[in-house]
Amino acid sequence: MKTRVLMFGWEFPPHHSGGLGVACYGLTRAMTSLGASVLFVMPKKLDVGAPWVKMVFADIPEIAARIINSPVRAYAWNKKYARPEVYGFDLMEEVLRYAQAGREIALEEQFDIIYAHDWLSFGAGVEAKKATGKPLIVHVHATEFDRCAVPAEASAKAGWNKESINEQVYELEKEGMQAADVVIAVSQFTKDLIVREYGIPAEKIRVVHNGIDESTAPTGSGALPRLRQLKHAGYKLVLFLGRITLQKGPDYFVRTAKRVSERNNKVLFVLSGSGDMESQVMDLAARLGISDKVLFTGFVGGHERHEMYAAADLFVMPSVSEPFGLSTLEAMKLGVPVLVSKQSGISEVVRHALKADFWDIDEMANKILSTLKHAPLSSSLSKNGIREADRLTWESAAQKVDSIIHELTA
Amino acid sequence: MKSVCFYFQVHQPYRVKRYRVFDIGNDPEYFNDRSDTDLNNRRIIEKVARKSYVPTTQLLLDLLKKHHEMRVSFSFSGVVLEQLERYAPDALALFKAVLDTGQAEVLGETYYHSLAFFYSLPEFERQVSHHRSLIQRLFGYWPRVFRNTELSYRNDLGSWAERAGYDGILAEGWDPILGWKSPNYVYQPAGASKIKLLLKNYKLSDDVAFRFSSRDWSEWPLTAEKFGAWLSATEGDTVNLFMDYETFGEHQWEATGIFSFLEHLPEEVFKNPELKFRTPSEVIRAHDHKGEIDMPHIVTWADTDRDLTAWVGNPMQEAAIKAIYDLEEPVLLANDHKIMDDWRKLQTSDHFYYMCTKWFADGDVHAYFSPYESPYDAYIAYMNALSDLRLRLEKRNL
Repeated sequence: MKTRVLMFGWEFPPHHSGGLGVACYGLTRAMTSLGASVLFVMPKKLDVGAPWVKMVFADIPEIAARIINSPVRAYAWNKKYARPEVYGFDLMEEVLRYAQAGREIALEEQFDIIYAHDWLSFGAGVEAKKATGKPLIVHVHATEFDRCAVPAEASAKAGWNKESINEQVYELEKEGMQAADVVIAVSQFTKDLIVREYGIPAEKIRVVHNGIDESTAPTGSGALPRLRQLKHAGYKLVLFLGRITLQKGPDYFVRTAKRVSERNNKVLFVLSGSGDMESQVMDLAARLGISDKVLFTGFVGGHERHEMYAAADLFVMPSVSEPFGLSTLEAMKLGVPVLVSKQSGISEVVRHALKADFWDIDEMANKILSTLKHAPLSSSLSKNGIREADRLTWESAAQKVDSIIHELTA
Repeated sequence: MKSVCFYFQVHQPYRVKRYRVFDIGNDPEYFNDRSDTDLNNRRIIEKVARKSYVPTTQLLLDLLKKHHEMRVSFSFSGVVLEQLERYAPDALALFKAVLDTGQAEVLGETYYHSLAFFYSLPEFERQVSHHRSLIQRLFGYWPRVFRNTELSYRNDLGSWAERAGYDGILAEGWDPILGWKSPNYVYQPAGASKIKLLLKNYKLSDDVAFRFSSRDWSEWPLTAEKFGAWLSATEGDTVNLFMDYETFGEHQWEATGIFSFLEHLPEEVFKNPELKFRTPSEVIRAHDHKGEIDMPHIVTWADTDRDLTAWVGNPMQEAAIKAIYDLEEPVLLANDHKIMDDWRKLQTSDHFYYMCTKWFADGDVHAYFSPYESPYDAYIAYMNALSDLRLRLEKRNL
C-alpha cells in the first residue's frame, strides 16, 4: 500500500523565488516516483486567480494539491515583513491562522505521516500532529540563524549576532523541531547548527542533501544577447545568482570583484537577484570604483536563469551561512565551474568545486583569477562538475526520506 | 639459493605552499610554508623522521649488526637527502651508519625525483649525475643499479641504463606485461646485452606495504613467521620486495606491529637455509637471466593502472608538466643557481600527483594522499609559482 503523506510545502517553479520551492518540487516528485502519494498543502493568496498548482502536477496523479488562502509566503522572513503597517498584515498572526487551517485539513484527510518544510509551515504540521497523532517530519531548509547571519570578519566560522534573531521565529522553529519525530536537515552544516543553537538531540536529526535532476535544472538555450556581446568583446563573466541579502554575501562578492579587477580588467561581475541589500551593494561598487565592472540584472527566473548560467565563466556563491546552496548544483549541472564558500552545505557534498572562506577575499580572488586564466582548470571543473551533479539526484534524496518515513510508519 | 631482496624508496618532495596570484612577482619562495598544515615541508620531514626514518633505520642498523648475512638497499631522492641534512640530521646519520656496515646498497635515481626521462633526456641525465654526486658526497658510494621515479620503466630506459654503465635496473613486475613469466627471476631489458632487469614482486611487497594492518584482509594479522613461510614457498630465483620506506611507522603506524614484524623477519628468513638476503647488485651477480622483457610502454608501480595516469592523466597535469619543461631553455640560459634549483624542485613528480582527479571522482577519496584540499588547489598553487618563475626568468634573461 502506498504511503500517504500530508505535506505542508511551498510554491513551485516557475513561481518560486528561491531554492525552497525548487527543493519541495524536486523532492516531492521523486518521492511519488518511489511510491508515495502526497497531498500537497500550500499557502496562496487566491485573489491572483488560476489554480496553477493543478497544472504543475497534472502529470503526476499521485499528488493532489490543496491551497490555503493565506498571504504567508516563502522568504517572508525579514523582520520588516512582520510589521503590519508595512505589508498590510501581521505575519505572526497569519502563521497561526495557517497552522489552524492545517489542523482542519488534517481532520478531513486520510494520511499516514505529516511532513512540513521550514518554519512557516511547522505550525501547521504540529497542529496536524496534535489533531491526529500521526508522526511528523520537519524538513529544515534554512534557520533563522542563516537568514540573520552576521559575518564575523576574518573569523574561521560564520558568526551570529543573536540580537538580530527574531525570537518569535526562533521559537516557532524550535517548537516545530521539538514536536517532530524526526528532523531532516539539508546538510551536516545545518544539522550541527540545529544541535548547537536549538538544543535538538543529534540522534533525532537526519541529513538529507538536496539534489538536482531534469525536473528542476534550469532549461533554455544560449546566453542573453547582451551578455553574449560582452563576451565577444573579450570579457569574462563571473556570476552571483541569489537574493541580494546579508546571508548570501553579495558584499564579499563585490569586494572580491575589486581585488580581481586590480589584476584583470576584462572581467565583469554580474549579480542576478534582488533583495534588501541591492542599493547598499551598488553603493559599495561605486565607492570601490568598479561600477563599470559590476552589473545588476535584478531577479531572473525561468529560462533567463539558464541564460545567465550559460553566459558565466565562473559561478560564485560567497554565502556567509548557507544551509545547502542549490544554485551551485544548477551551475555545475550546466557545466559552469563553481567557487563556493566553505560556510555552506554544498561544500561538504561536492568535490569538483573551488572552495574558500567567505571572508577570505584574497583567496576567492586568487581562485577566480586562476580559473579565468587557466583553461585546463576551468575545463576540468566543468567536465567533472557535470558528472558529479549528475550523481546528486532528487531520487537519492527521496530514497533517504522514504526510509525515514518507513521507519516512522512501520 | 633463492634471494630475498629488499629495496626501500626514501623520498619527500618540496611541496609548493599556498601560492596565490597576488604573490606572483612578489615572492620568490615557493616551498617555505610555515603553517601547521602538511604544506610545511620542514614539519613533514621532522614528523616522518621521528615516526619512520629514525626508528626504522635504528632497527635495521641493529639487525644488520646482529645478522651479518642480512642485506637491504635504498633509493634516496636528492630532495629528501637535502631536507634530512637540514632538518633531521639524526636520521641521515643513521642512514650513513647503515651504509657503513657494508651490508646495504644505494641505487641511482634522479636528484629531483622527476619524470624528466620522458620529457627531456638531457635534463634527466643532468639530474642523474647531480644525484650521483650527492650520493658520493654523503655515502662515498657509486650507484651500480638504477631505478627511475615511481619505478617508471620503458625499453628505452633499459637501453639508456646499459649505455650509462649500470649493472641493473628495476621495474614493476606487472602480470599483464609479464604474461606467463614470473617476476621472481632475473631478466634482461629488450635489446640489452649486459644489463639486467629486476622485477618487483608486487603481491608480497604490497602485503607488507598496503595490507599489513588491514583487518578486512583474510591474512590479517601478518606475522614474520607467516611471511617467512610465504617467502620459502615462492618459486623462482629471487623475491624482490620493493616499497616506500615510510611503510614503516608512517603508512603503517607503530601500533600496527610493523616494527616487530621487521625485527623478527630476518630470523624467519634464516630458518630456511635455501633463502639468502641479497642486495640488487648481489642478485644480479648470483643469478643468470631468464630472457628478455619487452616493455614498449611506460609501466609504473602506481595503483591498478600501473601507468603514468596518476601524474599526467588529466588536462591540468598535462598542462603543468608541459609548462615546466617548456622552461628548460630559458632556465639554462639564465644560468642562475636559485632559478635552476626552483625549476628542478618543481619537476618533482609529487606536484603532478597532487593534481590527480581520477580517485577524487566516484566517491573514493581514500587513495588520494595530498597536502592540498583538492587537486584544483594543487594546480592553482603550482601554476602561480610557475608564473612567478617565468617572471624571474624574463627579468634575468633581458
